[in-house]
Amino acid sequence: MSEIGERVKKIVVEHLGVEPEKVVDSASFIDDLGADSLDTVELVMAFEEEFGCEIPDDAAETILTVGDATKFLEKNAKS
Amino acid sequence: MRRVVVTGLGMLTPLGCGVDATWARILAGDSGCKKIDTFEVSDLPSQVACYIPRGDGSGGTFNPDQWMEPKDQRKVDDFILYAMCAAKQALDDADWHPKSDEDQFATGTMIGSGIGGLTGIAETAVLLKERGPRRISPFFIPGRLINLASGYVSIEHGLKGPNHAVVTACSTGAHAVGDAARLIALGDAEVMVAGGAESPISRIGIAGFCAARALSTGFNDTPQKASRPYDKDRDGFVMGEGAGVLVLEEYEHAKRRGAKIYAEVTGYGLSGDAFHITSPPPDGNGGFRSMSMALKRAGLAASDLDYINAHGTSTQVGDEIELGAVERLLGNAASKVSMSSTKSATGHLLGAAGAIEAIFAVLAIRDNVVPPTINLDNPSVQTAIDLVPHTSRKRDVNVALSNSFGFGGTNASVIVQRVTN
Repeated sequence: MSEIGERVKKIVVEHLGVEPEKVVDSASFIDDLGADSLDTVELVMAFEEEFGCEIPDDAAETILTVGDATKFLEKNAKS
Repeated sequence: MRRVVVTGLGMLTPLGCGVDATWARILAGDSGCKKIDTFEVSDLPSQVACYIPRGDGSGGTFNPDQWMEPKDQRKVDDFILYAMCAAKQALDDADWHPKSDEDQFATGTMIGSGIGGLTGIAETAVLLKERGPRRISPFFIPGRLINLASGYVSIEHGLKGPNHAVVTACSTGAHAVGDAARLIALGDAEVMVAGGAESPISRIGIAGFCAARALSTGFNDTPQKASRPYDKDRDGFVMGEGAGVLVLEEYEHAKRRGAKIYAEVTGYGLSGDAFHITSPPPDGNGGFRSMSMALKRAGLAASDLDYINAHGTSTQVGDEIELGAVERLLGNAASKVSMSSTKSATGHLLGAAGAIEAIFAVLAIRDNVVPPTINLDNPSVQTAIDLVPHTSRKRDVNVALSNSFGFGGTNASVIVQRVTN
């Protein structure tokens, strides 16, 4: 997993309180990791904070899995 | 009206996590007060508070992870976490874990708070100013709202009856017990999980009550002496944190399922002072009327009372006004009644106070013992009423009344008594 992928995984484990093994690229935040709609809003905020970038609402709507987040941040991360 | 009994108790107080842990230390005359060490106090007049004892969960300590998932703890202010802790204890104690639709629909929640998520609101206001609205968590609002204590408890335990919350400052806990009992009496629920929770020990909380000149300021170096109701050297209350929750149940429902029955809630009185936002009227007529109404509701005379758990916060003005109202209520019966303020040991838990004190009243009946008013070295006035100075005392307790009075001139009195058939 990429360095950005590792950082994404760490945030997801911390915020959703899930086992690290479950946080794989194909895992859906809502369907596989038990997040609700408010959790996903907070996750996006945590990504913004960690990677120093803004994730607009229309982009956030396309981030449904761990892999989606990693892919987006590999392109857009500023820190 | 249908009869309402107490079948479960749960508490988290500055004296311990759990009813047994707290009660043992109350009866031993311990104080839960210490120097504030979680934030800067050098510029605050009051520097003492009654913290819940955090630890690994052993020896009566509070381990948050035993009561709420860490990921959920992050989303809420502590009063909700404390409510979750006390509510689980109470439901386990009552052995009431409703699973069927019928049982879930018949079980409600009424857990209030005086202030709710003050700390989280203060921190988020700073975040908003410094970083802007995009940094505000989606959990900011649902984690601070007072009724979310009831909300979280109802979700955790599948309680689908009335989902309500009381907000009446320092009489919240007593109003919650009284109002929840009333919902059962009127048939809106068979079981209610009722009480209060508070987490006010923060810089803004202490600063706010200091500004209102409500807190003790003269015992910063001897914190365990700071809360001293009725004593001539008292100089304000000591802030406390925690939660108290009771499981209230319709009498026949409790009997049918063979539940352990602690006591019956027979009296409840409420009144307003219509006088001042923070001070009671000098004649204490609001407290007098709420006590009188509770006696009337219970069908009792003042001479039937054995124990009164006083509001008694250790403020200069309030203690003597309440005492005067109680003397007027009791008349010639004053010498047979014991009245103590357990706030001398726990500090003032604001919205949780009335709930933990209703529990102490129930335990006084169960064990035929009255808890002490600690630090009462020199009463500021003479009274025929036994104020139970320093040490607990064995005595018959069949009828107990608990008083709670709040800012805004709101008063509540709850009477619990030994169950008779």
